[in-house]
Amino acid sequence: MSLLNRWNKNIATLISTRGEALYVGRTRLRIVQSICLLLFALVLIRLGDLTLMQTPNEPNIDRKHASVQSMERADIVDRNGVLLATTLQVSSLYADPTLIENKAFVANQLEAILDVDNLISKIDRKGRFVWIKRGLTPSEHFKVNALGIPGLAFRTETRRFYPQGNLSSHVVGYTSVDSRGLAGMELEYDDRLAQGGEALSLNMDVRVQHALVKSLRLQMDNFNALAAMGGVVDIQTGEVVAAVSLPDFDPHHAGKADKSALRNRFAQGVYEMGSTFKLFSTANYIEKTGKSFSKTFDAREPLKEGRFTINDYHAEKRILTLPEVFIHSSNIGSALMGRAIGSENMQKFYTDLGFMDKMDVDFPGNPKPLTPSPWRDVNTLTASYGHGIAVTPLHVLQAAATIANNGVRPTLSFAKDAQHDPIQSRVLSASTAYKMRQLLRLNVTDGSGKQADVPGYMVGGKTGTSEKAGKGGYDKDRLLSSFLGVFPVDNPRYAVLAVLDEPKGNKKSHGYATGGWTAAPVVGDVISDMTRVLGMMPNPKAPNLTAGLSRYLKKENTITPASYQR
Amino acid sequence: MGLCILGVVMVATASPSVADRTGDLHSYHFLFRHLLFIGPAVGAIVVISFFQIKWLVKLCAFMFLCASIGVVVSLFFGMEIKGATRWIRLFGFSIQPSEFLKPAFIVLSAWLLGQQKINENFPGIILALGLFVTSAGLLILQPDFGMCFLLTIVFGMQIFLVGCPLRYIVILVGVFLVGILLAYFSLSHVQSRVDRFINPESGDSYQIDKSKEAFMNGGFIGAGPGQGTVKNQVPDIHSDFIFTAMGEELGFLLSGLFVCGLASLFYRLLSHFTRAESLFVMLAGSGLVFMLVVQSFIHMGSTLQLIPAKGMTLPLISYGGSSLLAVGISFGLILALSRGLNEDRPRGTWRHLTKKENI
Repeated sequence: MSLLNRWNKNIATLISTRGEALYVGRTRLRIVQSICLLLFALVLIRLGDLTLMQTPNEPNIDRKHASVQSMERADIVDRNGVLLATTLQVSSLYADPTLIENKAFVANQLEAILDVDNLISKIDRKGRFVWIKRGLTPSEHFKVNALGIPGLAFRTETRRFYPQGNLSSHVVGYTSVDSRGLAGMELEYDDRLAQGGEALSLNMDVRVQHALVKSLRLQMDNFNALAAMGGVVDIQTGEVVAAVSLPDFDPHHAGKADKSALRNRFAQGVYEMGSTFKLFSTANYIEKTGKSFSKTFDAREPLKEGRFTINDYHAEKRILTLPEVFIHSSNIGSALMGRAIGSENMQKFYTDLGFMDKMDVDFPGNPKPLTPSPWRDVNTLTASYGHGIAVTPLHVLQAAATIANNGVRPTLSFAKDAQHDPIQSRVLSASTAYKMRQLLRLNVTDGSGKQADVPGYMVGGKTGTSEKAGKGGYDKDRLLSSFLGVFPVDNPRYAVLAVLDEPKGNKKSHGYATGGWTAAPVVGDVISDMTRVLGMMPNPKAPNLTAGLSRYLKKENTITPASYQR
Repeated sequence: MGLCILGVVMVATASPSVADRTGDLHSYHFLFRHLLFIGPAVGAIVVISFFQIKWLVKLCAFMFLCASIGVVVSLFFGMEIKGATRWIRLFGFSIQPSEFLKPAFIVLSAWLLGQQKINENFPGIILALGLFVTSAGLLILQPDFGMCFLLTIVFGMQIFLVGCPLRYIVILVGVFLVGILLAYFSLSHVQSRVDRFINPESGDSYQIDKSKEAFMNGGFIGAGPGQGTVKNQVPDIHSDFIFTAMGEELGFLLSGLFVCGLASLFYRLLSHFTRAESLFVMLAGSGLVFMLVVQSFIHMGSTLQLIPAKGMTLPLISYGGSSLLAVGISFGLILALSRGLNEDRPRGTWRHLTKKENI
């Protein structure tokens, strides 16, 4: 205590006595006051210095998304590593108008190099930042630099390039200017691609894609069709090897493409496919009833169901065997099959094939098919020949692959690392699937699919020609003609679909615009090209699947051009 | 009062960008929170300004006790934000107890120092020193060197005012400088801040570069309230860098006027305290004012790259509930202390102050 007291006393003497303390305090407070003023004066001076005396040496633009852009979007390659989409650095030219002295001169100089109009209006502006041109070529960049004009500067930007251009545009898709996917694989795998890193491998083979585009485009021109679409699918794995929608577009200028070109028909368009569906209804009939090829159907009279009447396009007007119904594509025969199957079984089978739902596929915007609601008995009859139900071409390919894959349904996939259910479900017995392959082959050897045949490769397939729905019913002049091919039928590897939208008959086709005349040749050409690029050897020892089937066909009634119809 | 309103406007324009960046918060999240705290802060000013001087000491002693406990609690249970544990959660609000420690400490130490004058046997200086060491220690533990620095400066000023002979003052300043050097060499983040100030190339100076750019963008008349663009890229624009937003949006003219107004307000307040008849009133009042001055200076100096960057709120303007409330309390204390300094104008001070604040 005494120690503390002594300490205290000593310290207390350091401080002046009371009266004095206030006096000293006041004086010193004046000093503190002055210091405070000085501090604020400093702040004021510095404020003036920053706001008034200095100008930012670089224009302010919000670079909020700079970090997003700087991350390089991953490439997209096809199944063999061919580059489909990549990101490159380009330089973009901008100007700071306040630093440009002779604006007219500069504008003239730049116009000569850059092929940009009316530059003077851009340069002769208030403000400190104006884009002159974005994405310059290296030589333009060099020339502008060589001018040495102050006030012009470059900013490095990244831009998406598609070396295959239109060829893969609908599959690969395109991105926005800020490199976000807007369509196709760019959209489906947007997050994966935005993270950068390893290239995204697709199942597509650009060579097959090219073969399909080439043949479809040729036939589209030959028959003056509005549009065309198609696809090639690996039957065993479900990999989409090619997918085409014509007209297509340049992915670098997707914003300028017209609506029709941007429309993805193979994945996002739904169509009433017509007789192609007889493949599925016939399979269902054989599966459910167990009937053999000798079963006959009376196609002499149009079939009446309620207020509907079902006709054959080119009526045989006789009693047809089951294979005849298939190769003559008799609507009456198929409708009779549908009646025998019953509505419940038909819906179940179509559900199993995937026709009733949105597809489980790694492609954006695949819609739910248009199906009859409520499903009446007449819908069963029309659905058996592909009317009153509209699906996407991808749906058809998947269902066809199911039949050809011995009745086991594969899941379609566009990218190698697509995430989907690995369990493949059996939809059809193997024996029925075999009979369907026989019928598909028969249709090419003796029916409407002759033009799709490629010697040595055992092509099988089914034509389809549907009338498009217009105002007040179906319009017999506006057709959707298709061909669904499978090869080789003895050991199926690929399913190929070609569809032409509103083809017009020409002289060569004797005025016909049906699937057998328009789409079947496409499939034939594609298969012929594919076998060559993929190195598939012809198999002369392939078993003849159609042996013995001729007894079910009426001999004297050979198929004439007019009857390779629907 | 005027400052409060200006503060609301500035938080309103500055905070959406912060909230947007944070992501899931509503754009005006910070604005609403700020408005929520304005009421209590104004209430604190009014209520405390009516306190009797002898009650002020008791209030501050109580506040000091609570704040110290709060600081200790925050050390153990606090939320860690940006490397320091300064906040505790109470009734859904996060509170920074150390903000309240400051004004309480200043008043208490002023009282202790003043008591020694009245009664020489009272160990005021020793107790004040003890109080200082305790508070500074608590702040260093957090760690909150900015506030510790502030407290040291203000305490030093009080010692200076109390009439300590100049040679001792020089020694104290020397000790202070040694402390700063020690901080520089022993604490990596202090070192990097100072290094980056002296040589901007040596490290990341994004925040301060952007802040400067914002001022440049402001120019003479500014971009207009809410029109700033560079401010969107400045981190902590709503609190530690709110003066940047002012600079960009109000320009040199108005933000300069603001600085002048602030300076004249504080100058007038200090002038009032030179007329104080009691050492306690003088020390406490000028200490509180000086604290606000230093705090404002550090804030504005940081944003203007006048001094090394140190995050500190701008009194009454910046977002931050604890800070706002503590500043409200400080102003209340200042008003209470300055009451009755001018006998011929009994309530003149109060009126005078309100007039001054309406800049």
